[in-house]
Amino acid sequence: MFTNFPLFPHQASAQAAQVDNLYFFLLSVTAFFSLLIATLVVVFAIKYRRRHRDEVGVAIHGSLALEMLWTIIPFFIVMVMFVWGAKVFFDIYRPVAGSMEIYVVGKQWMWKVQHMDGQKEINELHVPVGRPVKLVMASEDVIHDFFIPAFRVKADVVPGRYNHLSFTATKAGTYHLFCAQYCGTRHSGMIGSVIAMEPADFQAWLSGGRATDSPLASGEKLFQDLACSTCHRSDTQGRGPMLANLFGKSVELQSGGTAVADEAYLRESIVNPQAKIVAGFQPLMPTFQGLVSEEQILQLIAYVRSLSAQGAAPAPAGTSAPTLPQQSDRPVKEKK
Amino acid sequence: MPNYLTNGHGLASWLLTKDHKRIALLYLASITAFFFLGGMFAFLIRLELLTPAGDVMTSESYNKMFTMHGVVMVFFFLIPSIPAVLGNFFIPIMIGAKDLAFPRINLLSWYVYVLGGLFTLVAALGGGVDTGWTFYTPYSTAASNTHVITAGLGVFITGFSSILTGLNFIVTIHRMRAPGMTWFRLPLFVWSHYATSLIMILGTPVIAITVLLVAVERGLHLGIFDPALGGDPILFQHLFWFYSHPAVYIMILPAMGVISEVVQAFSRKNVFGYSFVAFSSLAIAIIGFLVWGHHIFVAGQSVYAGLIFSILSFLVAIPSAVKVFNWTATIYKGSVSFDAPMLYAFGFLGLFTIGGLTGLFLATVGLDVHVHDTYFIIAHFHYIMVGGAIMGYLAGLHYWWPKISGKMYPEGWARFAALIVFVGFNLTFFPQFVLGYLGMPRRYHVYPPEFQVLNVLSTAGATVLAVGYLLPMVYFTWSIFAGEKAPMNPWGVKGLEWEIPSPPPTENFVVSPIVTHRTHQYAPSKEVGIGG
Repeated sequence: MFTNFPLFPHQASAQAAQVDNLYFFLLSVTAFFSLLIATLVVVFAIKYRRRHRDEVGVAIHGSLALEMLWTIIPFFIVMVMFVWGAKVFFDIYRPVAGSMEIYVVGKQWMWKVQHMDGQKEINELHVPVGRPVKLVMASEDVIHDFFIPAFRVKADVVPGRYNHLSFTATKAGTYHLFCAQYCGTRHSGMIGSVIAMEPADFQAWLSGGRATDSPLASGEKLFQDLACSTCHRSDTQGRGPMLANLFGKSVELQSGGTAVADEAYLRESIVNPQAKIVAGFQPLMPTFQGLVSEEQILQLIAYVRSLSAQGAAPAPAGTSAPTLPQQSDRPVKEKK
Repeated sequence: MPNYLTNGHGLASWLLTKDHKRIALLYLASITAFFFLGGMFAFLIRLELLTPAGDVMTSESYNKMFTMHGVVMVFFFLIPSIPAVLGNFFIPIMIGAKDLAFPRINLLSWYVYVLGGLFTLVAALGGGVDTGWTFYTPYSTAASNTHVITAGLGVFITGFSSILTGLNFIVTIHRMRAPGMTWFRLPLFVWSHYATSLIMILGTPVIAITVLLVAVERGLHLGIFDPALGGDPILFQHLFWFYSHPAVYIMILPAMGVISEVVQAFSRKNVFGYSFVAFSSLAIAIIGFLVWGHHIFVAGQSVYAGLIFSILSFLVAIPSAVKVFNWTATIYKGSVSFDAPMLYAFGFLGLFTIGGLTGLFLATVGLDVHVHDTYFIIAHFHYIMVGGAIMGYLAGLHYWWPKISGKMYPEGWARFAALIVFVGFNLTFFPQFVLGYLGMPRRYHVYPPEFQVLNVLSTAGATVLAVGYLLPMVYFTWSIFAGEKAPMNPWGVKGLEWEIPSPPPTENFVVSPIVTHRTHQYAPSKEVGIGG
């Protein structure tokens, strides 16, 4: 029963070693100060123990120099932690250009994964070793959290917005995937595996199995089925804005101001079209909330991205890294 | 002359009392009941986690267990514990007053607390609530089909008891000090309660509004937090933690006040750096309001907001560190005795230091990404709440028990219990740091088998800890009936509360005292420099 008894997690991503170094630094500081305080307390208590009943201590009121010393030293130590921690944080959260994108949708209580080549997975995520991966994550219901301890990364998956998670696997293996944000009855059952594979094995995995339509192809089909194309025409005569070359661009709004046409903007335009009306257009579009699932919204977005000239479509895993347009990680709310 | 315990008999003399000391005892009885209720939930949680599979109860029940454990312990035990019992009893006495400024409001606060408690009990008995004590949206408003509104109302109502207590303390400390009791002669216990009271009256309304908004969205489907209704779920987290992070300081500041008293009393020495210890309480109260965003690092808040909250969270650690250094320096050249209250204070110093330092891991934003929502967090805040706040509460309860009850507790048993609590506590919570870094998420009913050994250790520790908590319950009760009569000043310490009989008369002081110096002055004073 107790044969497999680890005390430290696997280190299987480019981020893991960085986080662990930081962790060991903080552990050393913690150990040093805990031992310092414990030693001082024990030594003082024993050395100055009460020897007869009426003994009293020496009256010492304090020392400004000491107070300054034990304010300033901890201050500098925590500032080192702050700067170091901020650097690691930026490294974790900055998506690497040319990352392989994968769509993840969380729902009570499973993870649905869709690769750009069309492979779909449930509660499993296959990634190649050595290639930066960026997950674009949405939730169908409540807040979840995509947590891979071996990679030292996690991010909440929040309904109504896209959160991203970036990592580069460095060691082939099968690792835990946990939902880390409490999401209801079977929260602890919302687990799975992340399988990091050598690139060749990953290619083999991609070509094996039953690949379904890619998100792009599904999105294109949806675009026709939902009759989006009647208003969003490929010429300038449509009642809705043209979608060609839209993704990543700045859009002039009717209300004045601009918005960047990123994933969050496109999602909002589908589920709540009245929130931001493009300058020169009427608020005619009905909401598609409840009519399309989070997965389908992601597919529509993949299609809209593919309409942009400079190859802005999400990179299929099988190809080499294309250049990605500038993207914003900002949530839906902040752009109002 | 009758003391406050013998002045009036019968149930009505207790339930309608305006005496702050009797109200403190009403609180003592009720928070003790809630403590053992919350402890029972904890025990069932630990029992379930003994094995990786979910074999003691269903996931529904398990989720309700940790929710009820959190709600009961946070809102009905930790927040009222030291302020409403020890603060209520000793703040008026320590400043030389006959009672709090508003005795009737004081009694009202207890009734409000009991009413809030009843709502929570109804929610628990009616089938429980499963949102976690954090009530995160949209789960709490759109997905959970348990008694969220009833439990939320319990929290809402009991919040008013906290506000009333805070208000009463602030007015009392401003207006009721005895002649000569200047601000810089106030005992540090009073300073820490002043800071606590500020948080109570400024922060509690925010949680009340937040819980009300949850009820409104859940009951009336008005979109506030649920994105399906046009709301923002992260808004809830901002509002919730705007109160609930400062609430942590509501729990720990009073314990720090107790430790300041106990360390001085059992070292027979005035505190090192009085004004630094006093002002660090205020600094914690103020900076504590600006750090809530560190609970939202991985929820998708902007990277820059994350950095601001990270640096502010580091800053709030400094005043706590200053306190620990000052307490340690207070013991230096003291006359140290090893009575039970001091043993608890030693325990506090060690555990609070570890709890505080591990808080830095969570303020370090790049590291928090990994340990957030894992058992590392659970271990960290239990080191603060249980290792800090409850250790402080027990230190204070032992220190002042002779004054409160007029009886001595059995010292040998008390020292033994302090040791058991310390050992049990570490065995319970230390393995959880390791579990957390390994990646075990919190609130998991079922977990992968490789986490079992550490969970077994933790459950074993919880069993030891339970014994440590039952012992004081037993010997305190025993002492009321069979304990030796307590003298006026059993510890041989300085302080207004030790200059009146044990137990005190109803009006505390027959003649209003005139204060000429700070308390805990045992020997002629001497300045000291580094190394002096």
